[in-house]
Amino acid sequence: MAVSLREYRARIRSTESMKKITRAMELIAASRIIKAQQRAQAAAPYARELTRAVSAVATFSNVDHPLTKEEEDPKRAAVLIVTSDRGLAGAYSSSVLKEAERLVERLRDEGKEVDLYISGRKGEAYFKFRNRPVVRAWTGFSDQPSYDVAAEIGAALIESFLKEQGEEGDVDEVHVVYTRFRSMLVQEPTAVRLLPLEVIEGEEAPSGSDVLPLYEFEPSPEAVLDGLLPQYVQSRIFFALLQAAASELAARQKAMKSATDNADELIKKYTRIANQARQAGITQEISEIVGGVNALADANAGSE
Amino acid sequence: MADFLQVELVAADRTVWSGEATMVIARTVDGDVGVLRGHAPMLSLLTQATVEITEPESGGVVAAVEGGFISVANDRVSILSERAVLAEEIDVTAARQDLEAASAIEDPEESAAAVRSAEARIRAVEKAG
Repeated sequence: MAVSLREYRARIRSTESMKKITRAMELIAASRIIKAQQRAQAAAPYARELTRAVSAVATFSNVDHPLTKEEEDPKRAAVLIVTSDRGLAGAYSSSVLKEAERLVERLRDEGKEVDLYISGRKGEAYFKFRNRPVVRAWTGFSDQPSYDVAAEIGAALIESFLKEQGEEGDVDEVHVVYTRFRSMLVQEPTAVRLLPLEVIEGEEAPSGSDVLPLYEFEPSPEAVLDGLLPQYVQSRIFFALLQAAASELAARQKAMKSATDNADELIKKYTRIANQARQAGITQEISEIVGGVNALADANAGSE
Repeated sequence: MADFLQVELVAADRTVWSGEATMVIARTVDGDVGVLRGHAPMLSLLTQATVEITEPESGGVVAAVEGGFISVANDRVSILSERAVLAEEIDVTAARQDLEAASAIEDPEESAAAVRSAEARIRAVEKAG
């Protein structure tokens, strides 16, 4: 009995240190979420002004740009999957990968081949393990993405989108799968089509008083559109990365919180068992002593 | 009509500067443009250069932008650029080093772009100083 008591004590100690670690990770994730949300807010003015400008050009000129052109017979689609670099975030990565698999399945059913682009080590590892080819992967920034990586990803996707059909590496559609940050408790994996662009997103409908003025475009509407649209695409990707970062941290916080709670439960359970074992040990010792005393008393009584 | 221009200078990841101004001077692909109150609505592409914003009271601010565009409507001026820095945030020595490194780049197009970007930053500091 004494051995198992020691074992239980060791288990309690290791669970306690595990609890300390998960608790620390929970706190770290919680403090980073605030930063991630601030970054998302700081990036909002840019996205808002850009959307405004794009819809201004779209309203006052005939939008006919390679980036908005629908291919008549789309054969290949690129899918950018935004996952995390590290695990310990509950079902975060697996749910976004599941959503991506659904999208890939649907695209295949429509008769399109799928090129995969990955952001985040978890996604990279997932496809590597399954021996499925990935066109390009970017890693190392999932919890605090910078605009530079968004620009790089955007440039790569635009480049393959703009290639002519039949050319090596051409894609006719670009989709993005990321996790949308609804609230601290709810994050949902979302798939959106990025290219060809559908100009004027319905997210913020301009109110009646917010009529767009008659702009002069310099040097020309086409040139302005040429400059704007790639930036618009990159800003959308940046938005997706920021949302994914906030979601990842929220998921991690939640996962670590439940891990801490579980550790608490375990410690309680082990403490009870250890106490029982200790008590049983004491009881046995007492009964041994009592038994011994009785035996001695009996022996003495017999000899007298 | 507002008394002053409402100016917002926005980079991709933050608002660099916002406030009231009497005049904004920026360099578009067609040349310098000055914006005063009552300017006609305009949307124009910028090059890698400096943007000068004159404030009503104090001297004003100078910033270096890398491309992007300026949009003017109803006395609101928005300057958007993927990267924009205010003159006081610029490290001149680093910019000069960048300029030297930029002229060493082999690809002429890339080199020209890097040179323009470094020069814009240096000019921004000179104008502010």
